[in-house]
Amino acid sequence: MTAETVVGVGRRAAAADFRTCPYTGLKVDAAAQTLIKANAVAAVVFLLIGGLMGLLVALTRWPAVHLLPADWFYLVLTGHGANVLLFWIIFFEIAVLYFASAVLLNCRLPAPKFAWLGFALMVVGAIITNVVVLQGESSVMFTSYPPMMAKPNFYLGLILFAVGALIGCAIFFATLAIAKQERTYEGSIPLVTFGALTAAIIAVFTIASGAIILIPTWLWSLGLIGEIDPLMYKVVWWAMGHSSQQINVSAHVSIWYMVGALLLGAKPLSEKVSRTAFFLYILFLQLASAHHLLAEPGLTASWKIVNTSYMMYLAVLGSMIHGLTVPGSIEAAQRKNGYDKGVFEWLRKAPWGNPAFAGMFLSLVMFGFIGGISGVVLGTEQLNVLMHNTIYVPGHFHGTVVTGTTLAFMAGTYLVLPLIFQREIVWPKLAKIQPYLFGIGAAGISLFMMGAGTLGVARRHWDITFSDAELSFAHSAGAFLMMGLNGVFAILAALGGAIYVLVVVGTVLFGKKITAGHKLTFPLHAGGGAAVSQYGSHATTKLPGTIVLVAIFFVCFVLYYFINWKYLSELWLFR
Amino acid sequence: MTNETETEQTPEHVPMMQQILDNPFLLLFLGVTIPTVLYILWGVMEVASIPLAD
Ligand code: HEM
Ligand SMILES: [Cu+2]
Repeated sequence: MTAETVVGVGRRAAAADFRTCPYTGLKVDAAAQTLIKANAVAAVVFLLIGGLMGLLVALTRWPAVHLLPADWFYLVLTGHGANVLLFWIIFFEIAVLYFASAVLLNCRLPAPKFAWLGFALMVVGAIITNVVVLQGESSVMFTSYPPMMAKPNFYLGLILFAVGALIGCAIFFATLAIAKQERTYEGSIPLVTFGALTAAIIAVFTIASGAIILIPTWLWSLGLIGEIDPLMYKVVWWAMGHSSQQINVSAHVSIWYMVGALLLGAKPLSEKVSRTAFFLYILFLQLASAHHLLAEPGLTASWKIVNTSYMMYLAVLGSMIHGLTVPGSIEAAQRKNGYDKGVFEWLRKAPWGNPAFAGMFLSLVMFGFIGGISGVVLGTEQLNVLMHNTIYVPGHFHGTVVTGTTLAFMAGTYLVLPLIFQREIVWPKLAKIQPYLFGIGAAGISLFMMGAGTLGVARRHWDITFSDAELSFAHSAGAFLMMGLNGVFAILAALGGAIYVLVVVGTVLFGKKITAGHKLTFPLHAGGGAAVSQYGSHATTKLPGTIVLVAIFFVCFVLYYFINWKYLSELWLFR
Repeated sequence: MTNETETEQTPEHVPMMQQILDNPFLLLFLGVTIPTVLYILWGVMEVASIPLAD
């Protein structure tokens, strides 16, 4: 640092209050720290509510249990979608944005009051939507397709929440600008911050689309607008509904890189390649929104194919790159750390007992194998008709947002607790098994819902026995078995989720305060702080283990893809 | 950063792609415009051009 930078920092020091993290050497702005805490706590509260609702839904769809009556089923399903997909994930993402900007760039968070306003709007919005859902008459599912109409406050709550989140994004961009102006970092922003930037950019598009469609829908439910065209609604709504999933992907890929860096000192194999992969996300990922409309007759094949094939495959390419470079960078780091024997010593001797690592690696593997492969299959126009609107769809996206995003965020939490809350994790033994329990449960629900969907079970359906239908229909015994197994694994996932909440709440309230010289139960890599916050690659191609893993992935991918085409060809006979 | 390194960092010396990736607001512009045009505008135009039944 030169005199000028120091002066720049010094000039602002009066306005901001920093501490230096003893484990990473990063400067942490007090305002950013408190905001990260608040957003993380809110996230966990909504995960608790939404997760419980998920369990109730799964127990209702378990034919032998069939827990809730029909009206409650749809009410709870609506609440489940909103609480986990929107509130849990987006609160956590705002925490990630503040961390990746202020903390990783050693910068102050500008306008913390404004950030608190955003937080307050998000909390109020989430509460309003929850209250109105619980009052009934707003069981429109989180997609809220017209002509189904919810109470006005359902939409109002979501709009307030979205405005609050938009403020969070604005603060993120302002922090980037200020960090550059005050020269708190040199050269390019770190890769993790670049990933967060990708998330924030997609978030701006997401929230703008949400506003464009939810504001008129709110006015419609107030009686001020005559009608909302259902297809128009779907087109614009999915610009929000799908893109918000891409915020998640960008955020959790950043967390993968962050965990690798902090725990193992992993640097990206190539900054250029990883950044290009994020750049592909920025350009193309949001276009895949069209895959939700593949079965709609009103849109042309050109629009569908340009958006979901040509363009979307470029974004898939981005994911493939991360799928190679994240394990690759971990392998490279582990080999440098001394685990250089054979093909897999680096993986065997990885810190599997550290829940941050275990959660991160399980998230990486399961996101790719379960969520990724099924996503490409579902997003292919011809194959989509096999599974459209079956419970295969929730199976697929529990593979992305639960085994992928949620598990990665849980893993990240085990770093946030000691580094930001500055509390030692309570009950480390429980924390150790948590990612496995939740991961296995979440993988189970994803796979069994996919299995049941392949056998034709519909999504969002209270009674798969069709007991009051005029024309009877019976699903195969296999379909019933799948829905039962889904219920069993839902209990496992809920248990894993409950342990997570317990450990977080226990740590925040009762964890030992971390003081100078304390040795962490789950230690970081000595070079972790530098690896996460500085530009730099670990260029190597000696990655036999990663190459084997990627080869296995491709074999599974290709086989599954062709099995589905074969399956389609059997249903779709041209005679 | 001293003044010398500053002059060294004038745009000519930074590769074009890096300049793009280092400019968050340009990225924001691209990331919002592309889907707005290809997905939303094109999609909305298609829906709007469906003839109404009478
Ligand atoms: C304990 C963990 C969880 C269990 C047992 C669970 C189970 C389920 C089940 C059985 C369904 C209903 C499928 C249907 O009938 O159509 C469902 C829907 C859904 N889940 Fe989960 N889930 C869990 C966690 C999550 C998480 C963490 C997320 C998001 C991050 C999530 C997002 C969703 C969404 C968006 C829907 C669709 C709601 C709708 O169709 O409107 N779930 N879940
Ligand atoms: Cu999607």
